Amino acid sequence: MQSISDLMAEAPLLDGMDQTSFDLLAGCAQNVHYGEDQLVLTEGGPADHFYLIRKGNVFVEVDLPGRGGVVLEALGPGDVLGVSWLIPPYKNTFDARAGGEVSAIRFDAVCIRTKCDADPALGYSMYQRFSGVIRQRLQSARIRLLDLYSLNVD
Amino acid sequence: MTPLVHRVVDRHVESDEVVTLAIAARDAGIDPPEPGQFNMLWSFGVGEAPISLAGIEGDVLLHSIRRVGAVTNTLCDLQVGDELGLRGPYGTGWSCNDLGSGDAVVVAGGLGLVPVRPLIDSLVDSGERRVVLLVGARTPEGLLYADDMDRWADSGVDVQTTVDVGTEGWRGNVGLVTMLVERAEFDASDTIAYVCGPEVMMRFAAVALVDRGVAAPSIELSLERNMHCAVGHCGHCQIGPHFVCKDGPVISWDRSEPLLRVRSL
Repeated sequence: MQSISDLMAEAPLLDGMDQTSFDLLAGCAQNVHYGEDQLVLTEGGPADHFYLIRKGNVFVEVDLPGRGGVVLEALGPGDVLGVSWLIPPYKNTFDARAGGEVSAIRFDAVCIRTKCDADPALGYSMYQRFSGVIRQRLQSARIRLLDLYSLNVD
Repeated sequence: MTPLVHRVVDRHVESDEVVTLAIAARDAGIDPPEPGQFNMLWSFGVGEAPISLAGIEGDVLLHSIRRVGAVTNTLCDLQVGDELGLRGPYGTGWSCNDLGSGDAVVVAGGLGLVPVRPLIDSLVDSGERRVVLLVGARTPEGLLYADDMDRWADSGVDVQTTVDVGTEGWRGNVGLVTMLVERAEFDASDTIAYVCGPEVMMRFAAVALVDRGVAAPSIELSLERNMHCAVGHCGHCQIGPHFVCKDGPVISWDRSEPLLRVRSL
């Protein structure tokens, strides 16, 4: 059976992290599973966890009146779910729902924030890594705003 | 340069905006086009438009056409038995012969799936390379060739799709096609990649492929410019030293990147 450290070592987000910081994170992590359609994050709810998806897909959704949950982004193995835990007021912006059987590493945000406050090297490393995630999603959102395919003339 | 008279022998509505015409020569036909090349289709009394080859079935040429203006509207409205003019084939095709082993990654966005359709068929038929097809569209309804994607998947192609906007009931991928490039399984050190779609999408897809380790000369893009004569005379489609109609539309990323980075070129 793999330990939580073994599972964390497979996560791209943590590539190259120094062992001390890695071990500090491992103390805040646990392996979790979700069934199809189970809510992982709830819009407006406390952002007290973030996740590294190991198996399955998670849909980031917004509930629209009369239309139900509309998928904004589909996340898969290796992806990070949840960035609101880093930034006050620590509230989730969207719902996140399991698209099937999902396995993930769940991190306790309060635990990690406390360790980041006490250890600036860990805090800097976490902000650097999550900045990359946020940059990638901002870039994706901006390009999608261009509505490229409607401009693709023959 | 003289268009040859062709006749519509079949017609398939792909979406609200896109129609596929199956066209056969009334008398003499053109030389068989290669995947990636295009023909100039002439709507009598209206005008000409460059249209990518979507497939060849014997003597019948397939062209998928999107309604974007007067010429393409009248072409899309043609019915079985109607006639049109056709000249071609023009431009460079995809590298798809004698590729050897390794992986082939095809990245297509929107109508960019049209020029790679015959390429994918060719890659599947040759069986030389493992084929990964990554397709992006604005909405699930904008994903072309659903039957072909099923057929390719049945033939062993790793077909993955994503949309910019997940409409009600869609439970597939939502996000940029570049996301699929990051996730797809292929051996980047021995991959040839083919990219076709809106220019911005192609730039980001090519960068994502290079980031994965694919060599720039092994990434081919199908460029799009305002083509009129199709033989490199009028200059409408000039990009730097190249005429897209003659030197392209298929140009490798190492040659096209410096040009695509020049603003307003």
